[in-house]
Amino acid sequence: MVGDQVVRFDRVERWLHWTNATLVLVLIATGSIMYIGALSGLVGRRVLVERIHLWTGLALPAPFALALAGRWNRGLRRDARRLGRFLTDDWLWLRRRFRRGGALRIGKFNAGQKVNAVLVAGTLPVLFGTGILLEWNDRLSDSWRTGATFVHDWGYVGLTLLVAGHIAKALADPVAMRGMRRGLVPRRWVLHEHPRWHDELTPPPAGAPPHDA
Amino acid sequence: MAVPRRDDEVEGRDGTPVGRRAALGLLGLGAAGIVFGAGVQSRIAKGLAPIAAVDPTGLSGLVPGAGGFRIYTVTGDLPERSRAAWRLRIDGLVDQPLDLGFADLIEMEPTGITADFQCVTGWRVEDVEWKGVKVADLLDRAGVQDAATHLRITSFDGAYSESLTLDQARRDDVLVAYEMLGKAVTTEHGGPVRLYVAPMYGYKSLKWLERIEVVDELIPGYWEERGYAIDAWVGRSNGRSDEPTPVSGS
Repeated sequence: MVGDQVVRFDRVERWLHWTNATLVLVLIATGSIMYIGALSGLVGRRVLVERIHLWTGLALPAPFALALAGRWNRGLRRDARRLGRFLTDDWLWLRRRFRRGGALRIGKFNAGQKVNAVLVAGTLPVLFGTGILLEWNDRLSDSWRTGATFVHDWGYVGLTLLVAGHIAKALADPVAMRGMRRGLVPRRWVLHEHPRWHDELTPPPAGAPPHDA
Repeated sequence: MAVPRRDDEVEGRDGTPVGRRAALGLLGLGAAGIVFGAGVQSRIAKGLAPIAAVDPTGLSGLVPGAGGFRIYTVTGDLPERSRAAWRLRIDGLVDQPLDLGFADLIEMEPTGITADFQCVTGWRVEDVEWKGVKVADLLDRAGVQDAATHLRITSFDGAYSESLTLDQARRDDVLVAYEMLGKAVTTEHGGPVRLYVAPMYGYKSLKWLERIEVVDELIPGYWEERGYAIDAWVGRSNGRSDEPTPVSGS
């Protein structure tokens, strides 16, 4: 916490985010190549694309395991708990068309961010599981194999939309983006966008102008 | 029970555990999808078929379960060849090696076939119309020698190859095809001319046909070297039990 900057994401969280983001983007890219006929034709190299997709998919749990393995997981676990629970104001936020103006006290994450995180976190294991079934399908009946393909395909479409929305939102808010790239965000931004979280933060160092919360 | 005042709530401690419920819900949905997905998929395919038929964008084909072909190519790009530039060689153990152009092919007696197209990875496209020349007719024209037992069929993409026994190749539902669904076979689908082996899984229907070599031994093709069955009858090979794909019209 330096001056009027506060830490939004610690180093472990940022490392996990960007490692996972890289893997997921590679998976979406290679998956799209195999799924969309026009792209399959353009890129070709079926066997290579399949292999990259398979190994990237198998690597997916590793960064989570590493990030959660040690005492360095505290910030991550705390933020996961925040993302997983909806407060009264989060439900109101989801129902409202005009969400700013101070009536709602948004925490560290707004309900849209929570919905996105929860859906992505729920979809990834489903895609991982069905992916495993599709690769090692010897014991699966044809019907279940078709079902696993069906789930994997829908999961792909859903995840792609979620990730696209997430990236669009991040690009629209450079400060939020900086929070994930460097970890720090200005206290003013926190007060405006995440007032409930602002209340939890330790007050600014002496000498800084006080805020009206 | 007292409802907590909104301002007393602490993020991460209070509120509804939506995350846990959503994760469990999605897992359940995924499991249900594995068990019942095949049925749902065929219903989606039937429902979307009339839309897909008139959809010029092709976007309806991207809906999971909508059916339609998936395009597999094993080399770096789509091998393109015009009808004018295309040649087919038939050689090896034959009396009269042939070197045919597209015009030579369409001068021969055409055969039309309608059958489902079943991929070994599970997708199936119903009632695909094909038009072409029977491989049997081409073999008769070249004159197969007695020692011959198999065909080695290769593609102008430089990598894809297939094998058939002579008996398989001489079936009435095995074509060198130049029309699909009433139109020229597109590059994506293996045009200008591809092999079409109606009773077998899709990988046997080699795309971008360039050469049919008559040989006296089995030479496994591209996918066969990678573990797929050589005698790839639909429903009786590759550990699958799909409905067979009989010819439904000619």
